[in-house]
Amino acid sequence: MSNTAAPRLDAEAITSKERGQWELVFRRFFRHRAAVVSLVIFVVVVLFAYVGPFLWKWDYKIHSEIPSWAAPSLAHPFGTDKAGRDMLGAMMQATKQSLNVALVVAIGSTVIGALYGAVAGFYRGWVDSVLMRFLDIMFVIPFLVITGALAGAIDTSVRWYHMAIILAVFGWTSIARAVRAEVLSLREKEFIEAARSAGGSDWHIITKHLIPNTMSVIIVSATLQIAFAILSETTLSFLGLGIQSPDTSLGLLIDAAGASAFNEHWYLFYIPGVMIILIALTINFIGDGMRDAMDPRQTMVRR
Amino acid sequence: MANISVSTSDKGRATGTKGDTVLAVKDLAVGFPTDDGLVNAVRGVSYELRRGQSLGIVGESGSGKSVTSMAIMGLLPKTAQITGSAKLEGEELLGLGDAELSRIRGKKISMIFQDPLTSLNPVYTVGYQLAEAIRTHYSDISKSEARARCIDLLDSVGIPNPQQRVDAYPHELSGGMRQRVVIAIAMANNPDVIIADEPTTALDVTVQAQVLEALEKAREEVNAALILITHDLGVIAGHTDEVLVMYAGRPVEHGSVDEIFYQPRMPYTLGLIGSLPRMDESRDQRLTPIHGTPPSMLNLAPGCPFRARCPMHQDICAEVEPDLLPINGSGHVAACHFSDQLEGKAPDDVFAPVATDLSVEAEVEAMDAEGAAAADEEDK
Amino acid sequence: MVVFIIRRTLMMIPVLLGATILCFALVDLSNDPVQDRVFEIEQSTGEPVPQSTIDALEASWYYDRSVPERYWIWLTGLGDTNDDIGLLQGKWGPSIEGSAMDIGTEISSRFWITLRLVLFATIASIGIAILAGVVSAVKQYSRTDYTLTFLGFLFLAMPIFWLGSLFKEGAVQLNKILGSTVFQTYGSGTTGFQGNGWAVFVDSLPYLIVPTLVLMLGGYAAISRYQRASMLEVMNSDYVRLARAKGVRNGTVMRRHALRTALIPVATFAPLALSGAMGGAMVTESIFGWRGLGVYSLDAINAGDTFAVMAYVLISGVVVLIGVLISDILYGVLDPRIRYE
Repeated sequence: MSNTAAPRLDAEAITSKERGQWELVFRRFFRHRAAVVSLVIFVVVVLFAYVGPFLWKWDYKIHSEIPSWAAPSLAHPFGTDKAGRDMLGAMMQATKQSLNVALVVAIGSTVIGALYGAVAGFYRGWVDSVLMRFLDIMFVIPFLVITGALAGAIDTSVRWYHMAIILAVFGWTSIARAVRAEVLSLREKEFIEAARSAGGSDWHIITKHLIPNTMSVIIVSATLQIAFAILSETTLSFLGLGIQSPDTSLGLLIDAAGASAFNEHWYLFYIPGVMIILIALTINFIGDGMRDAMDPRQTMVRR
Repeated sequence: MANISVSTSDKGRATGTKGDTVLAVKDLAVGFPTDDGLVNAVRGVSYELRRGQSLGIVGESGSGKSVTSMAIMGLLPKTAQITGSAKLEGEELLGLGDAELSRIRGKKISMIFQDPLTSLNPVYTVGYQLAEAIRTHYSDISKSEARARCIDLLDSVGIPNPQQRVDAYPHELSGGMRQRVVIAIAMANNPDVIIADEPTTALDVTVQAQVLEALEKAREEVNAALILITHDLGVIAGHTDEVLVMYAGRPVEHGSVDEIFYQPRMPYTLGLIGSLPRMDESRDQRLTPIHGTPPSMLNLAPGCPFRARCPMHQDICAEVEPDLLPINGSGHVAACHFSDQLEGKAPDDVFAPVATDLSVEAEVEAMDAEGAAAADEEDK
Repeated sequence: MVVFIIRRTLMMIPVLLGATILCFALVDLSNDPVQDRVFEIEQSTGEPVPQSTIDALEASWYYDRSVPERYWIWLTGLGDTNDDIGLLQGKWGPSIEGSAMDIGTEISSRFWITLRLVLFATIASIGIAILAGVVSAVKQYSRTDYTLTFLGFLFLAMPIFWLGSLFKEGAVQLNKILGSTVFQTYGSGTTGFQGNGWAVFVDSLPYLIVPTLVLMLGGYAAISRYQRASMLEVMNSDYVRLARAKGVRNGTVMRRHALRTALIPVATFAPLALSGAMGGAMVTESIFGWRGLGVYSLDAINAGDTFAVMAYVLISGVVVLIGVLISDILYGVLDPRIRYE
């Protein structure tokens, strides 16, 4: 009896067309409304920080012709501070410095954490034990104290890249744990066995097989790391242990605003605060959307 | 044999002799709204179950066999759109609220799930979970009475040392033992209907037979009607009177075990039988596979859903979805335009034993991938 | 159980040793209080500092030795000392602020102030997190769920220092409106208040409310997200379905089966919440003018006071490790599959 399959593949029989993995990821991501809105807002914030300074006439420095403590107006949409600084210009610079730190920390800590976690999970045994004990030690060390002590020790003014390096060096532990857990489950899979029996070196297996397959965990962690870095950097700067004047950061601006939340200089307090929240909030939503999009196990189909 | 008819458990037991209809399902349909549209998981299932009778429901994963039972039990998520009717002793089950359903569930109709490893709550002892089933419906029963009944029940499903096992946590028991506990829970209140959803799929082959035996015994003791859901025709053959074959959310054939196994009138049933290894055939006889996978239940095209995999399909199959039509007077029904032509056909008369053409394989694989995606969607 | 606790306590020692070694090395190498002090003196007197003064400073702060030697002497107090150093002998080492600011005295007076805040905030944030997570999961995809989820994200994104400043000023405004000081917004208790432990505690309550609220809101969101996910997973589990199939009412199933089991993974979050609250305490204390450990550590960092920083590191480490121990015990209590060997 004939068994030709051609008629089976009639277009009408196929109800949904095949999609590539990344296409599927994008489709799922763009279905997450909060994540898409967040992405748009985040892009606007990035443009504000990096392109804004080229379009706006004032920079973040003090100028004698700027009146002190002017309320928001057309000339100074975000107002001015006591010393005579245009807050819109200052916000652009502050946001830029905070984003600089955040992006470098996200990349740096992700690289350290992913490699660390992959090595620990791959070798297991005593290597894993030693590496995990070190993670325990890192967990016990108070993060703000150690990063603050190091930042405070930099003699001349602390620049954003100092902060970025310090935060990245101490901020990778959560990624290491996440990647290790993923690798521990992956290494039992057949394709790792296959790569090993084909004679692949450990380094080859880690970088070519394990890390690519933990990519979804890594990308999501890296995204959330941006929020973590923004909050850490601004906190340290607020406490006087981060970026120093005359440069500026969102944390410094809030510190300078002091107790003005309910007086006539409210804008000095709320504008940088809302900016931090905006960045961290949109990043968290984007991370959430990416997790939904890339990790089908966690997908919660909205019904 | 332990005496399981503790007085309390006979309370509220409906009287009736073997042969009355206990469960009547009519035109049951279930849809799940998703982002891509409505997934029609079940598209019209009807059957009647008589007291003491056992019905097997067979089908591939995603054919809607589990969803049908879950809909009857009221265990589907709130978003599921359920239409039709399911009457237990004349009482409509669909649309009942949580309070009314809770009164019926576990008492008149109970269910056994597929995976014994995840069916029991890890933080409570099996005795607690078994007693909970009894005390939920008979709140006046004392703790010691409930415990005694639990031990009896555990004994009757063949758990050794029930006095000790009653205090064990699920993780201290093997998979087979845990499934026996689940069976004991199902029979705890002498239900009228027990629905067993792939009760042995997750178990070792050696344990499967024992668990089925325990299930069979439980059913006889409480004289319940049984619905046995499975994809394993071997399980069906020994344990049910009637068989309902489901495909793409619909019954495609329904008849007695003998009719289904020896006179199947739907190519899909024939294919299922052909893919079953048999002891009574010569060793060199190859199995007959059915190529491809079930269609996506999303935006199902008109016509017979099996046609893409059916070697006998004709033009009419793409246009008209065949109804369940009687084969003879005995109640055997099949949904195929060409049932008559299947009379006396063996599986390898219809399905080629091996796919010779590599391109066929490739195309089949492509369809597999799509089918798997569809099945995934439906599992959610 | 006792054996388990003893064993886990012993296992903390190497972790604490490792943490102090690492911190000591980093903090010590990154600053030089002798040089700072010399610079200060030169600034104020305008004259070069004689070598003898420098030598005396170095000797009194043990800066005449190498870093490993200094760590060893800080830890054990063995060797040539001024009898003011040696952790194992109960001496915290000299503070560069002088003997009036003895580290041991400072820490013991500040410890309870900070612990009070941290414990209240941790317990409150875990409680709120469980509540919000469970409500969110039970009402999945409802308006309540979306609102709670959004609020969670919002507090997750809110820096504690900003929230703290806002709440502090808000409380001041509220006091003005109410016409009486309901919320104390500066200090951790009435200045100069004397009394027994309970009286001190009662006195501190009005001071505690707003900072605790700030720390709680800063810490609950992450746990509540986790609680929601854990609850959802359990709600979709086979055993919850079986419980419903047994005829148990929905509300009872949620309480008895879903919540009970969903609490297990949340036990892991206790130490994380605790260490987060310790960090948050540094910020809240400095905003609300508390004389607690957090502020002490900040001052020590700014002054480059290595031994004082180390004292904070050690105490915070012990608190976090006790949190880990409690979470391990809780885990065993909640999950019968875990056995203490």
